Amino acid sequence: MNASAGSTLVFDSVGMVYPDGTEALKDISFSVSPGEFVTVVGPSGCGKSTLLKLASGLLTHTSGSLSVDRDRIGYVFQDATLLPWRTVQKNVELLAELHEIDQAERTRRAKEAIDLVDLTGFENHHPKRLSGGMKMRVSLARSLTLDPSVFLFDEPFGALDEITRERLNDEVLELFALKQFAGLFITHSIYEAIYMSTRVLVMSARPGRVIAEFDVPFGFPRDEHFRFSPEFAELSGQVSEALRMSYA
Amino acid sequence: MTDTQRAVDGPSSTPHLVPGEVTATSAVFYPAGGTLGQKLRLLVGPLAVFGAVIGVWYLLSWRYLAPLLGRDGGAEAAERLRNTLLPYPHDIVQESFLNGENLAELVGGLWLDIKLSFLGLAIAAVIGITGAVAMSQAKWIERSFYPYAVFVQTVPILALVPLIGLFFGFGFGARLLVVVIISLFPIITNTLFGLRSAEKGLHDIFTLHGASRWTRFVKLQLPASIPAMMTGFQISAGLSVIGAIVGDFFFGRGERGLGNLIQFYVNRLQPEQLWGALAFSTLLGLFVFVMFGWLRTRLTAAWYEGSET
Repeated sequence: MNASAGSTLVFDSVGMVYPDGTEALKDISFSVSPGEFVTVVGPSGCGKSTLLKLASGLLTHTSGSLSVDRDRIGYVFQDATLLPWRTVQKNVELLAELHEIDQAERTRRAKEAIDLVDLTGFENHHPKRLSGGMKMRVSLARSLTLDPSVFLFDEPFGALDEITRERLNDEVLELFALKQFAGLFITHSIYEAIYMSTRVLVMSARPGRVIAEFDVPFGFPRDEHFRFSPEFAELSGQVSEALRMSYA
Repeated sequence: MTDTQRAVDGPSSTPHLVPGEVTATSAVFYPAGGTLGQKLRLLVGPLAVFGAVIGVWYLLSWRYLAPLLGRDGGAEAAERLRNTLLPYPHDIVQESFLNGENLAELVGGLWLDIKLSFLGLAIAAVIGITGAVAMSQAKWIERSFYPYAVFVQTVPILALVPLIGLFFGFGFGARLLVVVIISLFPIITNTLFGLRSAEKGLHDIFTLHGASRWTRFVKLQLPASIPAMMTGFQISAGLSVIGAIVGDFFFGRGERGLGNLIQFYVNRLQPEQLWGALAFSTLLGLFVFVMFGWLRTRLTAAWYEGSET
């Protein structure tokens, strides 16, 4: 549990009280190192999204200490949050543009990222003409252009159908295997949490605290067999039970 | 008098139209794709309605009005009265559009109103967009100015016109002012609404990656505002024509616009030309409305979710 030296993202007794007095998070401690993929499950309104907003710097914590390497941060939201007037290509270039990287390099990175998420051929489409899953891929590609060392995911695939969601889970894991970033992934789904991660954190109802932590001691790549293995079922049972207690 | 009043008050009561609401009209004016045949088929409905209206017009004028009025007085008096109330459409065309002298008078009036409404609209656009941008960038500017924008919108323009006349005379400038006042508000509100329409998640991305206020404005808020801004233009374009004609109508001096001509024909009992002037002013309003609708579609159809593909 102690903040390890090589971690890119360290929460140490972090608490967060909103200006209106709502205590969202209490005494949160955990860390994520490069090559680790941590998922967080917990009841609705337990402050899971607040966790990511603190990590990204969109919000500032009110107690404890927090250290994140924010130079190259990736953040995928619940919605794809694309600029509707920009084509796929131009949307993917946005972050590099905001970081004032020159056009040639921008184009090159965008092309590579679009390639990685299998959207080659859709460069000149506007978001309007893409499916929900494709939009999320564009959103992923956009973050990839900065080659993130910390990658935050806020329930990114919650609105998608199951097959699309599983496919995107696999794509994120492929990217993880390739880039070895420090991943922090929020989800409602226990199965998604276990399938994706090296570690699962279970949070309590508000104020959110980490009440249980499970290692997922299985290597990558993972596939359908893993999803239906007895070990997976066993672990799901344990996480599910911890989650049930968090509602109590 | 009452008709003009209604024309002025009518559109003002719905100053704020959210983008996309005009699309019902758009389906008629800008049919999406399709072959020429399909496009022509879309015209069948509107043309049938037009034919029916003209038919009813003739029927009223010829079958009912003439005999009714003919009961007292001779045939000649009846004919004159019928003409005053509801002249035959072909007489209107004959008198207003085929008589060279009369047509020149109408076209002269139309030209003045075209100049007035286009120039007025351009000025309103510059003021309105600048104002909306300023309001979107600082809350205190909005708090200070927005109430007066509403005031300008709600004050009855008919009450202002005599004052404007006293202050600025009855020339082109004074009439221009009427147009600017009447068409300003929809541009301000719709542009402001548009500048605020970018979703929070997009703002978060710009915040996360350290975008400056200028970058956020140019790359996020401004493009997001285009659809609503265009809707504002479309509403104001219609209002600017009404403003030009109302201005003419009440100043009643100087160069003759369609508004002056309308009053002139009423006083001189020239109903055919009165209807001609009405037709011209309606066509001008329709033209600017369609033109801005077309522009809006051109600028946003490729990406805006609210417009048809």
